Amino acid sequence: MNKPQELERNVVVHRRRKNGGAPVKKKGQSQRIDGPHGSGYLSTRSLVKSYYKGKIEIPVLRGVDLNVVQGEFTTIVGQSGSGKSTLLHLLGVLDAPDSGEVYFDGQQIDNLPASARELLRNRTFGMIFQFYHLLPELTTLENVLAPCMIRESVWGYWRRRRQYKQRAEALLERVGLSHRLRHRPSELSGGEMQRAAIARALIQSPQLLLADEPTGNLDETTGQEIFSLLKSLNTEQQLTIVMVTHDRRIACQTDRVVQLVEGRVVENPSS
Amino acid sequence: MYKLLLCWRYLRTRYIALASIISVTLGVATLIVVNSVMDGFTVEMHHRLNDGLSDIVFEGRGLNGFPDPEWHKEEIRKVLGDDLKGITATVVVPAMFNLTVQGESMMQHGSLIGIDPQSYGTVSDFPQYLLHAENRERLSFALRDEGYDNRLPPSGWNWRRKRITLERDYLRQMQEAERLRREALGEPVAMNTLPAAETPVTEAAPETAGPIDPFQRKRQAAAEEHVFDEMKQQHPGVVLGIGIASHRYRGADKEVKDIFYCRPGDDIQISFPTAGQPQIVADNFTVVDFYESKMSEYDHTFAFVPLDHLQEMRGMVDPLTGVPSVTQIQIRLHDGVDLEAAQQKLYDRFPPQQFGYSIRTWQQLQGPLLQAVQMETTLLNILLFLIIAVAGFGILATFFMIVVEKTRDIGVLKSLGASSRGVMTIFLTYGFSLGIVGSGVGILIGLLFVVYINTIAAGLEWVTGRPVFDPTVYYFQQIPTVIEPFTVGWIALGSVCVAIVASVLPALRAARLHPVEALRYE
Repeated sequence: MNKPQELERNVVVHRRRKNGGAPVKKKGQSQRIDGPHGSGYLSTRSLVKSYYKGKIEIPVLRGVDLNVVQGEFTTIVGQSGSGKSTLLHLLGVLDAPDSGEVYFDGQQIDNLPASARELLRNRTFGMIFQFYHLLPELTTLENVLAPCMIRESVWGYWRRRRQYKQRAEALLERVGLSHRLRHRPSELSGGEMQRAAIARALIQSPQLLLADEPTGNLDETTGQEIFSLLKSLNTEQQLTIVMVTHDRRIACQTDRVVQLVEGRVVENPSS
Repeated sequence: MYKLLLCWRYLRTRYIALASIISVTLGVATLIVVNSVMDGFTVEMHHRLNDGLSDIVFEGRGLNGFPDPEWHKEEIRKVLGDDLKGITATVVVPAMFNLTVQGESMMQHGSLIGIDPQSYGTVSDFPQYLLHAENRERLSFALRDEGYDNRLPPSGWNWRRKRITLERDYLRQMQEAERLRREALGEPVAMNTLPAAETPVTEAAPETAGPIDPFQRKRQAAAEEHVFDEMKQQHPGVVLGIGIASHRYRGADKEVKDIFYCRPGDDIQISFPTAGQPQIVADNFTVVDFYESKMSEYDHTFAFVPLDHLQEMRGMVDPLTGVPSVTQIQIRLHDGVDLEAAQQKLYDRFPPQQFGYSIRTWQQLQGPLLQAVQMETTLLNILLFLIIAVAGFGILATFFMIVVEKTRDIGVLKSLGASSRGVMTIFLTYGFSLGIVGSGVGILIGLLFVVYINTIAAGLEWVTGRPVFDPTVYYFQQIPTVIEPFTVGWIALGSVCVAIVASVLPALRAARLHPVEALRYE
């Protein structure tokens, strides 16, 4: 996929920041940057994000600089409230930083217009959540197909439905759920639901998988199974994965561990 | 694609939303029923009003009328040409009807209409409303022997003869009793006796005692010439509106019944003003038929007598020239002719400044009644549509609940790349589908109700024991209904719009949800 060009096309005017920190940039002004770990596939520069409770500002990220190398399995660890999930949301363009930038494949993505960010979330990034977040009204297969349905028009989806279905079935088989295609999420176990969520994240062949505590709600064995699944995706398909986790033992098994302490990065290169 | 799928799944799994749409369904059904019944009433009323009346009434000022109807008719024929279907001259005067019920006089007031039996049927469906089959074919003011509608008690000449015989027998018995009483008391027996059926009054006279009258024989001879024998003769005929001659009520068995104060074959007295300096004249008439248009107003007001007799009695015939006057000329036009244009043409020929005639169409004559029905329909429509609007708030509240319940799912959809517009579309489509379902079911219920309305009314009557639709009030035997596809379409469209409008706010809220906040929502 010709991502840079496609992204470039969608950049019109940069979003105005809440605190007015970043200058307004015009189309074509985005730049490729190199981080401390060489060419940053996914990188952030001085990310700052606060939440507001009434008028009280609660700083969450206080200048996060992060570089993720392509094909690497990165884990972000840290205490509750250290800003792990917030960082992941910013990486997945679900939220906008107060200041600082997020770059993906050399392209600034945090300031893209809404439609370009939606496209990124749909096609380029895959997302997994702690609570699986499957749609309860849809079957496992339909949940996996949801990103395709979102992307396509009714007619377009109808034309390619067989192709999509085959892919979804193959993915569900890959995650070991081929016997649960027609089941609703309420009829699945936690581990099964997380597998279905992983299949959903993979359906659009993403370049980056963002996982927000995918094992956090599972028992140790199931958690390990899910992690193994992710690990195999990383090794077999060289899928870049950024995972937020509490579990130090799981984190130790990844390529790189990034620790967040009070909204700042403390690098802990693992084995 | 996901919008349709989710929308479909929400429809199938969220029964609370279907409950909220029930109010729309009921509103739509009620609107359809009310409109159909009101349309039915309107159409039926138009039908009856127009069938009972001519299309255009050409009226002179006051009760004296205007002379020479033949010349007027000829002029009107020239003006209207081929548009003219029928024309007749009439005299309409206010009148009092004096009916004798069980020996007591009962007064009713109404309009006495002098008609020409030949031509009056060409301007309205008047003959269709008569109760004797032969009169419906060809109206005659002569009393028929029998053969009246079987709702009536025995009527006609046969009844008249029987009644008079009974009355005379009764009177004779009374007189005999009186004679015997006087004889017993030793009082002189000097009484007028009524003639027996076979014996004229003159034969009884020689028995009477008293002073000798030299002119008695002469007077008796004159009386014999002009004596009116009820058994063989009738007065001028009158076709009486059935409402004047009867009273409708509901019996103990809940059946609608009529009591007749008089019937064809009975005599009544009618008083009406003369032309010129108004004086009241009273004349005897024999009821020859009843008029039942089922328009309560007409049936309680109109009585029809021969035109020439009425003109004569009112002094409307010029003694020198013999030219009669009339008060109205009634005109019937062919179907589809513009009545107002015809009216204008007549006004052009007979300018009001010069002639002073009032020329009115039947709609103008019945304007207030038609307008009242129209106004009632409009008012009911507004009120019922308000009910649907209220139902809209119900949908709004339910949708807000659903959006709140679905907050996390909305966050998930957005995290998977769904746009705000897409999320909004889900809820708008959802509202639209609910509107379609609600109004569709409403239309179905409404139409079924309208089709079986009389059965339903009968069922309700049976359950509650109270009359739902009382023919004694409306003179309709059944509830008239007309289904206007256009009205049904508008109602459906309106209710779907209400459902969509009610889902706009919740849909906007859903669209504006921040994905991260939505995902974190618990």
